[in-house]
Order: sequence, then structure tokens, then C-alpha cells
Amino acid sequence: MKVLALDTSNRPLSAAVLQDQKILSTRLTTVHRKHSSELLPIIEGLMDDAGFQPVDLDRVVVASGPGSYTGIRIACTTAKVLAFTLGIQLVGVSSLKTLALNFSADEGALVNPVFDARNENMYTGLYRIQNQVPVSVIRDQHISLGAWLQKLQSVQQPILGIGDASHFKARFQRALPQYHLVAGEDNLPQAAELGIFGETQEPVRDVNHFIPNYLRLTRAQADWWKKHPDASKDPGSYIDMYQAK
Amino acid sequence: MKPNLIMSFESSCDETSVAIIQNGDRILSNIVATQIPSHKRFGGVVPEVASRHHIEEITYCMQDALEEAHVTYDDLDAVAVTYGPGLVGALLIGVTAAKTVAWAHHLPLIPVNHLAGHIYAANFVKPIRFPALALVVSGGHTELVKMPKRGQFQIMGETRDDAAGEVYDKVGRVMGITYPAGPDVDHLAHLGHDVFHFPRDMEKAHNYDFSFSGLKSAFINVVHHAHQMHRRLNRADLAASFQDAVVDVLVYKTRKALQNYLVKQLILGGGVAANSSLRARLKSMLERDFPQTEFLKAPKKLCGDNAAMIGGAGYVFYQEHRFAGPDLNADPGLEFDWAPGALQ
Repeated sequence: MKVLALDTSNRPLSAAVLQDQKILSTRLTTVHRKHSSELLPIIEGLMDDAGFQPVDLDRVVVASGPGSYTGIRIACTTAKVLAFTLGIQLVGVSSLKTLALNFSADEGALVNPVFDARNENMYTGLYRIQNQVPVSVIRDQHISLGAWLQKLQSVQQPILGIGDASHFKARFQRALPQYHLVAGEDNLPQAAELGIFGETQEPVRDVNHFIPNYLRLTRAQADWWKKHPDASKDPGSYIDMYQAK
Repeated sequence: MKPNLIMSFESSCDETSVAIIQNGDRILSNIVATQIPSHKRFGGVVPEVASRHHIEEITYCMQDALEEAHVTYDDLDAVAVTYGPGLVGALLIGVTAAKTVAWAHHLPLIPVNHLAGHIYAANFVKPIRFPALALVVSGGHTELVKMPKRGQFQIMGETRDDAAGEVYDKVGRVMGITYPAGPDVDHLAHLGHDVFHFPRDMEKAHNYDFSFSGLKSAFINVVHHAHQMHRRLNRADLAASFQDAVVDVLVYKTRKALQNYLVKQLILGGGVAANSSLRARLKSMLERDFPQTEFLKAPKKLCGDNAAMIGGAGYVFYQEHRFAGPDLNADPGLEFDWAPGALQ
């Protein structure tokens, strides 16, 4: 199986081309700010390295959020449209889980990926490595630092903090003696790991339905639904489709 | 000879659209997924909500566009896309989708300025002849564009503050008309008369720029003042007075531009180009003052944002081989160059 894996959820950009769980070519950058300009040229380079044409691909695996709204949409739009236009498989993997994949070898470890969501809020979840893959223990969510620390109080086992957790370093360590911040490149998403894991996952049934997992409504939507609790939650019901000829 | 086929994408604001255009002037399909019912809930376009809808709708639009046109990717010659101006997050969905399709199928990618698209909506009615002058009026733009030759677009004047369509929406909000207010205000205006004589910002500046902020403030003041005095104003007269003022300014500046720039055609495009009063007043002004100049209007169905117009404009650039690479980015502040010697 020939796989393209992409993650642009946050500042790092990671992409990889794999075949049958083997990494053929991968790239990780942390310096670029314009993911929209950079992603496709990087994909082209990786595909050239692997000697693949776009039509050779069997599957696209993408980190589908949470993260920067615009960031996740770059890789997700690329993956969704590529899967649709080539008629190939699409797999979305939580961007937090993607980070936890860096610890797949640490059987039994508890891993806490964190993305800073500003104003003392974060996107986070708790994973346990079981059979060499991260399994969700506490679901991915958008939560305040304080509330998250409370949730972790009852966890006795050591927790590995990765991602943007260093922003909250002092607070984590004061509140949770069993919390260990991981240093170095394990804090960065590795599209190669994402591709290896994504190859084992069930692809989405209808590519048309695939959307990023923002884990958060916009303020406008949240306020509106508060006032209209019975209104449809299906975004498609607020779209009119027609042909203009 | 095999016809030229372009698949075009538009996502600059609150419409996701994909079209298949043949030889630049024939619409094989033009699928529009409008988010108006969504943004109506919030009284105007919420950019993040718009971006979310675009990624939800994009492949449905592609699928319908191909099916309606009975076309496959193998039949295509190029992919065209709006890369600006517009909302950056919204633009990025169309740009990313178009780049991906172009790359996946080894097709050239044509970047198109959204306003060139609005102008080329008229080309589906009749071929544009040069030199031409275009008046583009929409929710985000009010611009006079000089077109000396095919593929050349130069700004003669633009709005210094709000776009005309934006003022329609703001005035509509004050009157309790939901976004987008243009069609309802237009309808109401025909039932009333200009009795309020709102200010027209016309004589002050010696250039071709527009300004609607004075009109907007005057309108809001009149309504608020009446409200404080517990007086009810005639809504139809309010709408008529407002619309007369907007159209007066648009017609005045267009006429001034035509006096100094002799053209074969005056082209009208953009969402507000569907306004009946603007269409009628420009027509009578041309007949009276510039009988040699042909009036070419975008068809009402193509006044709003759609991908067909992007494919139409894209065909012009296709013939000139104006292609972009895989690093194409959205440019939310994209503008045509100013006309040489234009009074800015």
C-alpha cells in the first residue's frame, strides 16, 4: 500500500511517503509559517524521492485536528480533495494522537499531548500505549488548564507531557508530581509515524463527509445554538446548493 | 478540434463554487453552495464559519460540477481558482483544492483575481470588446476598472471606505432587514420616493474614487433621531432615498470616467450589479451621453459569487499562459495595478 501522510495542525509541518509500513521519504519543518505555500511543493519533493506519481497512491492519512483552525484545514483540504479526485482511501487521525504515536514503543506509558489554545486553555487528551499504539484514556478536548489538572489529579502513574506543554511547565509540575515534560523532537509530529499507524486504520466511508475535528465551536455558533437549542446541528442544513447557468 | 475545458474554483467569501467552462464562454456546469442561510443566523458573514463550510462543501461541488458537465478529469485542460481578494481562510480552501486537483492530474493552474471574474461574468452574454470600462459593485468591492486590452485590468477608482454592498447590509440591519439586505432594500425602494435627500459624496474629490461612509452615517442618524422622537419613518421612502443616493454616486463617477476614457463597452458586474435601479440608471445615462458605448451587464444569475466567472476569466489567462506553481498562496488583499496616471 502506497501512503501519503500529512500533518499541518500547528506550526510544525510534517509529511511522509510510505509503502507497506516502510518510510520512503519524510520531511519535518518547524521554520515555515505559510503551510499553504509550502505543503504541496514538499509533497512533490517526497513523491519524486519515492518515484511515485499521484495516481500511484492508495491512501492519504491526515492529522485531522485539533490545532490551529487554518492549519488543520490546509492538510485536511489537501487530503480530502486528493482522496476525492483520485478516488483513493482517506484516514483521519487525531492530531493529539499523532503526537502520542512518538511513544508507541513505550508499552503501558501514559502520554498527554498538549496544544496551547491560548488564554490558559488547551487542546489535550490522555493516551495509554497498548500493543504499540496510543489508546484514548481521556478523550480529546478543549479545556482550561485548571480543569485539566484536576482531571489528572487522580492518575497515579507517571504521565509524559508532550507538545506545547512547556508553556504550562511550572503549573503542571506544581500540581502533578507524577508529570514529566518530555524534551526534544518527541514534541514534534512525525508524519511517518502517522502514515504507519494510519495504514492500519479503517478509511472514512464517504470522503465527502470528512471534516476536521476542531473540538470547538466558533463563538458565533455557540451563542446561536444556546438560543436555538432545537435547531439542526447538521452544518449542511444551513447551505443552499444550486446550479447557476 | 477538442474544446478547451477549465475546472474552476471560487471560495473567497460565503459561496463555495465549482464550474466547468468550455472555451471560456460556455458554462457546462456551475455549482454554487451558498452559506447565506448559515450566516443569516449571525447577521453577517462570520469568517471562521465560512471557512468551515467551504471544507464541508468543496468535494460535493466538485462532484456535481463534473457530473452535470458529463466531464472527467482526463477531459480537462486546466484548473482555475480565485486566489484573492477575499477572506483568507475562505480563499485557502479553494486555492488548496485547486492546487491539489491540478497536481494530481498534471494540469496547469490559473490564478484568478476575483474581480476579473466578476467582470468576465458579462462575457457569457457577449464577447467583451476593448477598450472597455468595468464597474464592479459587490459586498466587498466597489471599483472602476479600465481594460485597455484583453487580459489587462487597471484600477481607475475604488471605494475609500465601505463597499456599496456592505452599506446596503448595514443600512438593512438598521431597518431590521436580514443580511444580505440588497434585494429587499432594492424592492422596498421601488415602493417609495427620495424624500430624505441623503448626502452624495461626489463633487469633493477630483478622482474616480467612491465614498459611502457619509451616506451611511446620515442614514443611521436620521433613523436614530426618529427613534428617539418616537416617530415612525416610511420604510419605503427610507430605502428609496438611500438607494437613490448610492446609485447617484455610482452613476456620477462612472459617467466621469467615461468622459475621460473612450470605450467600446461599459461592463457591470458584482453582487450589487443585480440591483434594478443601478442597471436602469446606467442604461439611460449611456443612451443619453454615450450612445456609441455598449452596455454589457453580467447576467443576474452570475452577479453573485460563482466559479463560472472565474473559469471565464481564467480562460483569458490560460491563453496567455499565466500559470501559478504549487506554492500558490491566497492573497486576501490582492488588487489590480492602478491605471497609469490615475488620481489616487
